[in-house]
Amino acid sequence: MSILDDNTQPRRILILAAHPAPRRSVAGKALRRAAAEVEGVTLADLYAEYPRQDINADREQARLEAHDVIIFLHPFFWYSTPAILKEWQDIVLEHGWAYGHEGNALSGKIFFSALTAGGPETAYTPEGYNHFPVRTLLSPLEQTADLCGMVYLPPLTFFAAGHAGEDNRIDEHAAEWKGYLMALRDHRLDIEAARKLPLLNGQLNSLVKG
Amino acid sequence: MGGFLLDATIYLTAAVILVPIASRLGLGSVLGYLIAGVLIGPVLGLVGSETQDLQHFAEFGVVMMLFLIGLELEPRALWDMRARLLGLGGLQVTVTAGIIAAAAIALGIYWTVAVAIGLTFALSSTAIVMQTLSEKSLDKTEGGRGSFSILLFQDIAVIPMLAFLPLLAMPDLMGSGLEHAAGHAADAAHGAAEHGGGDHGPSLNLVENLPGWAYGPVVLAAIGIVVGGGRYLVRPLFRFIARSGLREMFTAFALFLVIGIALLMTLVGLSPALGTFLAGVVLANSEYRHELEADIEPFRGLLMGLFFITVGAGISFEVFLDDWSLILGLLAGLIAAKAAVLGILALIFKIRGRDRWLMTLALAQAGEFGFVLLSFNVQNQVIPPDLQPVLSLLVALSMLVTPLLFILYEQVFARKYTEQEPERDADEIDQRGTTIIAGNGRFGQIVHRVLRASGYEIVVLEHKSDFVENMAKFGIKTFYGDATRPDLLHAAGLAEAKQFVVAIDDKEQITELVKHVRRERPDIHIVARAIDRHHVYQLYAAGANDIIRETFDSAVRAARSALEGLGEHPFEAEKAVRYFVRHDRETLIKLAEAWREDVSVFENPEYMAIARRQNEMMEDTMRNDRETGRNNALDRAWSPPPVRPEEEADSNEDDDATR
Repeated sequence: MSILDDNTQPRRILILAAHPAPRRSVAGKALRRAAAEVEGVTLADLYAEYPRQDINADREQARLEAHDVIIFLHPFFWYSTPAILKEWQDIVLEHGWAYGHEGNALSGKIFFSALTAGGPETAYTPEGYNHFPVRTLLSPLEQTADLCGMVYLPPLTFFAAGHAGEDNRIDEHAAEWKGYLMALRDHRLDIEAARKLPLLNGQLNSLVKG
Repeated sequence: MGGFLLDATIYLTAAVILVPIASRLGLGSVLGYLIAGVLIGPVLGLVGSETQDLQHFAEFGVVMMLFLIGLELEPRALWDMRARLLGLGGLQVTVTAGIIAAAAIALGIYWTVAVAIGLTFALSSTAIVMQTLSEKSLDKTEGGRGSFSILLFQDIAVIPMLAFLPLLAMPDLMGSGLEHAAGHAADAAHGAAEHGGGDHGPSLNLVENLPGWAYGPVVLAAIGIVVGGGRYLVRPLFRFIARSGLREMFTAFALFLVIGIALLMTLVGLSPALGTFLAGVVLANSEYRHELEADIEPFRGLLMGLFFITVGAGISFEVFLDDWSLILGLLAGLIAAKAAVLGILALIFKIRGRDRWLMTLALAQAGEFGFVLLSFNVQNQVIPPDLQPVLSLLVALSMLVTPLLFILYEQVFARKYTEQEPERDADEIDQRGTTIIAGNGRFGQIVHRVLRASGYEIVVLEHKSDFVENMAKFGIKTFYGDATRPDLLHAAGLAEAKQFVVAIDDKEQITELVKHVRRERPDIHIVARAIDRHHVYQLYAAGANDIIRETFDSAVRAARSALEGLGEHPFEAEKAVRYFVRHDRETLIKLAEAWREDVSVFENPEYMAIARRQNEMMEDTMRNDRETGRNNALDRAWSPPPVRPEEEADSNEDDDATR
């Protein structure tokens, strides 16, 4: 199946959102609310569905099979996801289903991470205090997606998210986020071009076709 | 009456003093009883000829023992034993009898007398051997099973022997002879089982006057009654008794079962031991098994002890001193001959290593049926009366030596093979459940189902009979019995269990049970159900390892659901109760130190102060967490830093003291 196919059926999008302290989440809450407004998007709050982290593999696999785009929506905790998303990977991405000789259930699906980071973009440079770009730090997820035969897109990163409210940056970022969701749904995003970028941030206009 | 009390005091004193000593020295209880008997009999002369009558009475302990052995043996296991039972047992009896008879002929004894002696001495002592095997936990080994097969065959073989022996009566002395043989046989069997030699009338035998063809059907009918009754009648009867709630009725019923079956067997001229053994096998699958075991066990123990004492007391020093060299020679010869036959049979039946030695040494003595057969033989003029004292002494001495042979086995052969074949043990060890669960109600049932589903061996005890049977309808096996009874716990395998779960619902009984189990088994893991917070402290003092408040976890879950019901995010609700549980546990530990067993908490100022302080602390924390949102207990790990990260980074790099 070609990545830039002419399929007229809208892509079904699954957002796996994870925040262990939702009361403290400001930017994340805005992004979740924005995603919920987009038609054709399934928004799953993993900490609400599994407050005891007893993830149901069968249910999760069935949900993945019913969607074409999988997105992790999460705060950037220690250069990675919150614990429940790691648990989710460990339990759901089974051999023989997600990977391995006969494991091709996820093959061809689009995957990326939409995350909120505390630091500014400059921190994620060789000169900054985080030293590595976000895409590099997320390379375990990229490799996981690759092993599962998925199409990996660079992360959409909401930098300095903790102070976005004070700086009035939330609406702007939420609009970009919604734009990506709709473009993906409607097959209007240039996937091949997007794959090569370090970040999706600020690239929506150049990636949308037609 | 006075005489009876005096005798009883003498027997009990000797047993109470010597048996624990022998046990502590590792000699086993049997040797202790035998020595006690030797002391009060031939040495001190405190007891006299009444030991003979007492011995016949005490032999009923063997009947009870076979009942208990039967309870441990499921019918399928008995069926699997059949080849060994007939092959091993049959060969042991015939070959040993033949060799001993040949030796007797060589010593110049007339052949009929020699055959009678051979048959008498071919038998071994079920009482001593089975008691010692189970005491030393050897009863489930290959050698132990082989020994049991032989003993069981011998017990069955006594019946035809009693019928056959009178035919060997000396021609010139032969009086009544053939036609009375069957009657005598049954009479003697009865005597062995109950009391007295042959001095009571033949009135208790139903088959005596029956024509030959009718005998078979009557015997089959009697066995049918035992099997059918055990399968279909015992359960409703037990349920009926359980409803009465009278514990002594269980004991009475258990005794009635054993004695009634013994009587029935006697009536039809079968071995009472065989009959009760059969009944035991039939009841081995019953949920009342442990209850029966616990009820019969003390009677068996006392009667067997009494029996061993009478064996010791019956040893005659005069006879021994008259001919000590001859008697010692005969004793050595007897044991050597029996051991040789057993050793060769073990070889043929592929019983290897230390198990072969166990069987060889365990069964090398003459048995309690030897006494019965000797007096029976003398009465029937098969053996001349002047030979009886020496032969009786031989039987008694060989039994006295048996515990020493066991010690020889343990010290020499078991040790030798332990080093050589350590891997053979795994499948021989008793397969008792590793966890005992007391109580199978709403609480115990969950524990039971999780452990069983996880593949663990469990023994479940429940004292409501209706419950036990309803569980059986779901295919769940529980045993009837009051778990607070020490004897029942013993029968359920407390001594070997790995873990004990107390899931009964009475607060006081839970505490008592934990104390008892901890006393019996300092090393066992105890999970205990606590009724409330104060009970936790008591159980902690009683020695429980894991103490679970019965309603705490469910109440916490209800609180969590209530928070969710108010619209809280499920994970926020989860974190709130996690904090609550952790705080509560800390409070519990602090309160435990202030808690006094005999003082109400409301009159314990120290306790109340801690409780109040802890409660305030918890409310502050949880409320504060919502309002200020920083430095809180619930979300510490997931809160963003209070300063802008770039500023923090700057301050670190610049070491700017102003910020």
